[in-house]
Amino acid sequence: MTQSEATPPIELRGVTKRFRTPDGSTYTALRDIDLTVAPGEFCAVVGPTGCGKSTTLSLISGLEEASTGTVTIDGRPVGGIDRRVGFMFQQDAVFPWKSVLTNVAAGPLFRGAARREAIDRSRDWLRRVGLSGFEGHYPHQLSGGMRKRVALAQTLINEPRILLMDEPFSALDVQTRQIMSDELLDLWELTRPSVVFVTHDLEEAIALADKVVVLTVGPGRVKDVFPIDLPRPRRVQEIKFEPRFVALYERIWNSLRDEVQAAYTRTAGEAA
Amino acid sequence: MSEQTAVSDPREATPRDTQTAAAARRRRLRGRATILSIQAVLVVAVLGSWELAARQKWIDTFLYGQPSGVWKQLVDWFEHGTEVGSIWQQFEVTLEEALLGFLIGSVAGIVLGVALGRVRILAAVFGPFIKLFNSIPRIVLAAIFALWFGLAIPGKVATAVVLVFFVVFFNAFQGTREVDRNLIANARILGASPWKVTTQVVIPSAFTWIIASLHVAFGFALIGAVVGEIIGAQHGLGLLINQAKGNFNPNGVYAGTVLVAVMALAAEFLLTVLERRLLAWRPSNDRDPESGL
Repeated sequence: MTQSEATPPIELRGVTKRFRTPDGSTYTALRDIDLTVAPGEFCAVVGPTGCGKSTTLSLISGLEEASTGTVTIDGRPVGGIDRRVGFMFQQDAVFPWKSVLTNVAAGPLFRGAARREAIDRSRDWLRRVGLSGFEGHYPHQLSGGMRKRVALAQTLINEPRILLMDEPFSALDVQTRQIMSDELLDLWELTRPSVVFVTHDLEEAIALADKVVVLTVGPGRVKDVFPIDLPRPRRVQEIKFEPRFVALYERIWNSLRDEVQAAYTRTAGEAA
Repeated sequence: MSEQTAVSDPREATPRDTQTAAAARRRRLRGRATILSIQAVLVVAVLGSWELAARQKWIDTFLYGQPSGVWKQLVDWFEHGTEVGSIWQQFEVTLEEALLGFLIGSVAGIVLGVALGRVRILAAVFGPFIKLFNSIPRIVLAAIFALWFGLAIPGKVATAVVLVFFVVFFNAFQGTREVDRNLIANARILGASPWKVTTQVVIPSAFTWIIASLHVAFGFALIGAVVGEIIGAQHGLGLLINQAKGNFNPNGVYAGTVLVAVMALAAEFLLTVLERRLLAWRPSNDRDPESGL
């Protein structure tokens, strides 16, 4: 996955993001970030709490604008929301007043597809995520894992070339999370978008990704980048017993540990 | 897909489920019957003691009236009409004023509330004016409207509109501001234009707030209509109440009040039906009809 492309799908160059806090001061979430994601590459971003992981995704998606530096998609600077981008949020973001079927059809309908076509594609995607038979249900009638599947189908139906995921499975129990991770990998293989997957779970990051980026404690900078050379297809539950996985985990954890420790001391210091 | 069992599918109900469901239904019905009989006893006790007090001359019927007198007044109105025409006509006039005021006021409230909630510059420009108008005691406006429109229907409608508008406006505005940021971000990424975000995300989400205000708003519309009629009118229940007051006929005042209350309850019932239909997507546990007012 290290072949050098002329124009990578996602590129951040010297990106800094500052927010204005309610009391008038500025808060630097990211400082001087450089990040490149190759076509079809699955990139996981790990880092301690409050290191600006989620901010990185907002910048790529166009929901937020970088304070300095450039964010480019296919070589063009991001200016607002891009049609090629899909975003799966940490919290539930499916529309509670829409049925499962119309939730998944929302993207094509927003983008001007004919109703019949959008509904047909929605049924198709619901079948792929294993939710056939639940078309008429409302989100509150589903379990957490099923709502995540709806969100996944809702995002993937737009066939994004770039898929951004912000700790999408963090609200799920461990078993469901592993099942969802396997399903995500299967679906990802179908269309192979470039992925930026933000998580605080290093095991999840290694099991899924081609490349793990470690961010420092906030304001976040890129500390290390580790290529993950585990063979695909992978089974998330089993891969963590392989010696290669364990070795990678140890190396990356060594890099991450100091940052987690620093973040912990900082919050503990604030609490005291 | 193990967690799919979390969904209870009515098609898969076992015979035992049906049995326990039937037992639960019977228990619920018994509970309802108990509540209804206690309520009936309470009504009989209050009206009975009022009637008794009136008949025993413990209270002055000239001032306080009596239930049987109210009933006689109602029968008289329905059988022989009122001084200003049939009772149905008065009913209809008041209902028309209240309904028109309710419709105009709530549509204006929803449109402006959502617009100001969505577009910050509008809120910044019009916010102070709305606060200013809201600080005027609106019943006072009924007198001004009586000057402008005379005794005809438009004056009452205008009073109802100003009463309804602010209630609905503030709820629609707040509801729009409280929409989950994640839902809006999700819709935008999925490709929704600002207009589609408003119609497909903001309005459905704010509707929980808006519908709550509509219950109060119809009551306000009725107040507007009746107060307008009391200030000056040719027809309507408010006029009947005012005339009865002028004739020292407390039973007439109560009878008019009863008719206004009947109208309010009927409207409340229709709004509840509408609410259930529009908010069918919500979890059902907070829609127990007996748990709230």
